Amino acid sequence: MANIGTLNTTAAGIDAVAPRLGDGPSGPKPRPRLSARNIILYGTLTVAALYYLLPLYVMVVTSLKGMPEIRLGNIFSPPMEITFQPWVKAWAEACTGLNCDGLSRGFWNSVRITVPSVIISIAIASVNGYALANWRFRGSELFFSILIIGAFIPYQVMIYPIVIILREIGIYGTLTGLVIVHSIFGMPILTLLFRNYFVSLPEELFKAARVDGAGFWQIFLKIMMPMSLPIFVVAMILQVTGIWNDFLFGVVFTRPDTYPMTVQLNNIVNSVQGVKEYNVNMAATILTGLVPLIVYFVSGRLFVRGIAAGAVKG
Amino acid sequence: MTGHAQAGRPNKLLRNLNAKIASIPMILTALVIFVGGTLWTVFYSFTNSKLLPRLSFVGFDQYERLWAAPRWVTAIENLALYGILSLIFSLVIGFLLAALMDQKIRFENTFRTIFLYPFALSFIVTGLVWQWVLNPDFGIQSVVRSLGWTSFTFNPLYTPEIVIYGILIAALWQGTGLVMCLMLAGLRGIDEDIWKAARVDGIPMWKTYLFIVIPMMRPVFITTIVIIASGIVKVYDLVVAQTSGGPGISSEVPAKYVYDYMFQAQNLGQGFAASTMMLVTVAIIIVPWAYLEFGGGRKRG
Repeated sequence: MANIGTLNTTAAGIDAVAPRLGDGPSGPKPRPRLSARNIILYGTLTVAALYYLLPLYVMVVTSLKGMPEIRLGNIFSPPMEITFQPWVKAWAEACTGLNCDGLSRGFWNSVRITVPSVIISIAIASVNGYALANWRFRGSELFFSILIIGAFIPYQVMIYPIVIILREIGIYGTLTGLVIVHSIFGMPILTLLFRNYFVSLPEELFKAARVDGAGFWQIFLKIMMPMSLPIFVVAMILQVTGIWNDFLFGVVFTRPDTYPMTVQLNNIVNSVQGVKEYNVNMAATILTGLVPLIVYFVSGRLFVRGIAAGAVKG
Repeated sequence: MTGHAQAGRPNKLLRNLNAKIASIPMILTALVIFVGGTLWTVFYSFTNSKLLPRLSFVGFDQYERLWAAPRWVTAIENLALYGILSLIFSLVIGFLLAALMDQKIRFENTFRTIFLYPFALSFIVTGLVWQWVLNPDFGIQSVVRSLGWTSFTFNPLYTPEIVIYGILIAALWQGTGLVMCLMLAGLRGIDEDIWKAARVDGIPMWKTYLFIVIPMMRPVFITTIVIIASGIVKVYDLVVAQTSGGPGISSEVPAKYVYDYMFQAQNLGQGFAASTMMLVTVAIIIVPWAYLEFGGGRKRG
């Protein structure tokens, strides 16, 4: 015991000194700031960072140039004359198939898809997770296991039966249909997220509420939900970015009028007719990426938690 | 915690009635969509459905036709090459970045934000950006040529032999940030004392990583591999945005084959057979993992 005690004290001493010396976990000696090690370290990280930033830079620069300038210069050169015309065109005038009202249509479609999908899928999944954590019944774990395994099945395997079901109900090709599809495929990962969270809450709370006579919904609404704000935010980030970025479901379950933004974007850029307007294409690409990027920059660490939890969803 | 809610009481069906009612969407999804839908597709892959699904069985005909189709074989070869390379490179790049980030550096948040932001973007956006960067007339090739190296050729998206590497570049740009985050979390989970012990013993840093830290991070690696692998099998949007499967059929992938046969060529049977093969592929990846993770006596470190 005494030995361990001494060891701990020594360790604590090193810990207290280490940050002041500014050394990493690698060496005992204090290092000058401009050591070879630091140059290599920060050099590598900076080069990597430039590589990751390059496409974003190219996108922005291209979207601010006029077509003549694009044909002349290279994609890395900054614009000589900044023009916002490509942005206006991408938003309001670019043609996709029959419609020539730009990405604005797709943007509003995506909003109309994302908002209800996020609300419905989180509502369902949080109640599922709560039931699985606190009110287990015979078979509940089995259904949950099927749901989780289902998350790994390629969507392509289940898509056609869903097309048939939606067609039978009469909502194939509508936004309602797509909202249902997103709610279904969001369920596994979200349910897992909520179940794990509710299991981690102290059981005494739940028991005390039961003793006081609270029922299933009362406990959920008055005790569990107010305590779970962080996990609701994580789920929301996960769903907003996931659904906004979806392409496959959008292209399968909607029609040109109801195409989400990603599908419209791909149609604008990869259309075979007409002259390629690279500046308009890049402006359109930025516009489509803007919503998830804003979510990412605003939510920071919570985003990391969300995607780490939901990366399985692909 | 559920002891009181189970077994041996009267009115079994009515126990936890609210929970059962609340779970109806989950039960329906699990049974109808996941089990029902999958079985339906596998079942109909043995028919010769064309425009509409119909019940005339042809045995394994669809599968024979599938494996005889050059387009499918190309798709599988592409997926295998793309899969192996993207698994290796994601892990290596992700781990290296994480190891660099773990050196108590300044501006850690800035670097992390930069490495991860592509992951917030969709594959469509990723694909279109890289289509532009790799554009032979304006992109990297033309820039290098304008610097004086006039014979420089780097034109992956229009060269059948190397088109899959063009897609790989974009995929790595999008996905390595996430791998880095997972690896960084794993590195942070390793006890500081391990580093100290290794330092005291005079073990060089790279050896500590290779023989002590990485083996200790086994669970993180397994999770990451499963995440990357299940994403690889699904790869679709990226190819559609970058090359639409071209030039010719040289960047075809299974997910795109399935979509094209189901919704464009109106040859449902082929689509079902191809998607069943995708299911088999995923099962081959998932079953060993599930066994390791949940099977023989869970050991979590």
